[in-house]
Amino acid sequence: MSISSDSSGRPARGWYKRNEIAITPWLFLAPGVFFFLIYVIAPIYQSFSLSLYDWNGLGDVATNGTYVGMENYNKLFGLNGERADRNFQISLWNNLKWLLLYLLAIPGGLFIALFLNQTVRGIRIYKSLFFFPFVISQVVVGLVFTWFYLPDGGLFTVILDWFGLEIRGGVLGNRTAATYGIIAAGLWPQAAYCMILYLTGLNAVDPEQVEAARLDGAKGRKMLWYVILPQLKPATFIAFVVTIIGALRSFDLVSIMTGGGPFGSTRVLSFYVFEKSLSERGLQYGYAAAIAVVLFLIMLVFIAYFLWSMYQDEKEAR
Amino acid sequence: MHSILKTSLAALVAAGISASAAHAEGHALSGDLVIFSDMSNPAPRAVMEGMVERFGEMHPDLNIELTVIDREAYKTQIRNFLTANPPDVANWYAANRMLPYVEAGLFEDISDLWEGQISEELASTKGALTIDDAQYGVPYTYYQWGVYYRKDIFDQYGLSEPTTWEEELANCQTLLDNGVKCYTIGTKFLWTAGGWFDYLNMRTNGYDFHARLTNGEESWLSDEVRATFANWQQLIEMGAFIDDHQTYSWQEALPFMVNGEAASYLMGNFAVAPMREAGLTDEQIDFYQFPEITAGIPRGEDAPTDTFHIPSGAANKEAAREFLRFVVSADNQTLINNGENLGQLPVNALSSVDDDKFLNEGFDMLSNKAPGGIAQFFDRDAPAEMAAVAMEGFQEFMVFPDALEDVLERLEAAREDIY
Repeated sequence: MSISSDSSGRPARGWYKRNEIAITPWLFLAPGVFFFLIYVIAPIYQSFSLSLYDWNGLGDVATNGTYVGMENYNKLFGLNGERADRNFQISLWNNLKWLLLYLLAIPGGLFIALFLNQTVRGIRIYKSLFFFPFVISQVVVGLVFTWFYLPDGGLFTVILDWFGLEIRGGVLGNRTAATYGIIAAGLWPQAAYCMILYLTGLNAVDPEQVEAARLDGAKGRKMLWYVILPQLKPATFIAFVVTIIGALRSFDLVSIMTGGGPFGSTRVLSFYVFEKSLSERGLQYGYAAAIAVVLFLIMLVFIAYFLWSMYQDEKEAR
Repeated sequence: MHSILKTSLAALVAAGISASAAHAEGHALSGDLVIFSDMSNPAPRAVMEGMVERFGEMHPDLNIELTVIDREAYKTQIRNFLTANPPDVANWYAANRMLPYVEAGLFEDISDLWEGQISEELASTKGALTIDDAQYGVPYTYYQWGVYYRKDIFDQYGLSEPTTWEEELANCQTLLDNGVKCYTIGTKFLWTAGGWFDYLNMRTNGYDFHARLTNGEESWLSDEVRATFANWQQLIEMGAFIDDHQTYSWQEALPFMVNGEAASYLMGNFAVAPMREAGLTDEQIDFYQFPEITAGIPRGEDAPTDTFHIPSGAANKEAAREFLRFVVSADNQTLINNGENLGQLPVNALSSVDDDKFLNEGFDMLSNKAPGGIAQFFDRDAPAEMAAVAMEGFQEFMVFPDALEDVLERLEAAREDIY
């Protein structure tokens, strides 16, 4: 009996078999990566290049567009002797208001979630009532609030009347109040969304830890702050992410409730992009692309932060 | 239906377009005809479907595919489908609204179709469809603008239809003294304010100045424009318009007139149908032409025209041209514009106008009392970008007349950029 070596006895392993561990994840990722490249990365690149053209969106950029370099950005920011775009500044300011005030949805959602996390008879009915705004479409929310704010007999106006207050032109007809009115309308479904996130988070809170804390004499605010909230950190993170994104892409409500008015005072960047490109009196694709690039750069700050903090979490978990 | 074919062919022959009639009979049309339409409201949709059905019966070998797209969505989709997947016939609007598509080479030059008889029959709108001496579409309907008012309220306070600015102001003062607003308006979507500017400017400075202004040839800081705004300011400071109009759409502003809180409405003829539906009878509503402001200036009127075009990428241009000939024929325009269908005015001079109080008055006004000229509408005469900036300025001015200087400077800056 001759001694045969192991390797010659078995058939040689194929290239795929040898590299299976390294390749398989990529195979699973492939469809996602493919579509991400085509539908996310490529359009970003296209927006960047389009923003250097003066193009009305008709025909082909190469034939119907003119290369203008940074001209669109000069117009936006008022550089190189161009007049700064007033509407762009309004949109930028309004986006900032949205970013800050929209975050109120997080404590709002948390509060409702804590309230709904009780075991009371009929709690399911209350829960579904609070779920409701999240389920209905943004368009309906916008319409309902538009009627709510109507200057002539709208419920909100009637309520203000009881306190002897009056907003000139109604909430949505008033230059200073309109944006806040729309944000308030947006907070309704957004708070419901955060509430859902927190309700699931509360389900995962460890009852033994709560019990232990109770034995140590923690209750009320201290219990919430030192025991419950730390365990809700993942939920808070997701709520933060969706709320920031929601604030930056606030479009539906602005479009439904005021269409950017009155006097163009409720524009936000995403709506302004739409207005300059796709809307009835748009036809300035290059300019709109420049605004989109600015919006993207703002988002990039948050995206970078999210990725960084996710990376940190992963490192800790390892 | 067969008789319609016969009579319309007879009419064509009689009218002397024997060439095209022979053409239609000689080469029976075949293949596919793809039509994209924005006539999505119930009545216009039925009209469009009716036209396709009748045209189909005339050309049995032709396979017609009609796609009706929601009117608002159509405005954004047209840019994509004209480039990527052009139909053979498409709806759009005249004047500056079609300019970008003509400049981008997306609409077919159909000057050949306009040669001869059609030019005479459609003379009133030929200018609106002409760019650089070539025509790029055909009209199928238009409608007058004017002041619709509550006759019963006017009677109650002993007012009559004003013909001069002084009378208009006096009427308005009487109404205000009795707690009735003079005009209802909803400026949420801006264009309604454009209508007011059109009329005030055409009456103050004349049609020709208005045309030059919308063409970017006149300054927004000129004395003429200031005069227009001064007239407007008179009305605003009297409190002639309803309060908080910036929060209403034009439909949401209708109840003020229906309830008698406001007496009149400067609007297009399409406002009559909802007024009737809201319960106002023809004894209660009436119509007058916007009164004279500067004496002796020939009056111009707004009468927006809706049109059909052939995209330059169309596959079956022969059938498309035949369809356009069919659309503009006198018989067809009489039929589709009657009270049961569109309830608007036919463009073809040989068509007859349906026996409706407002259509008759409007037709008479546009044919005989508008020597100044017929404008399309502010947002169709001015380039899209200018219209957007200007109409927002008008809305702001109507609420804050003090902002006039700021508004005018903004408009002038926009004019320097755009034209």
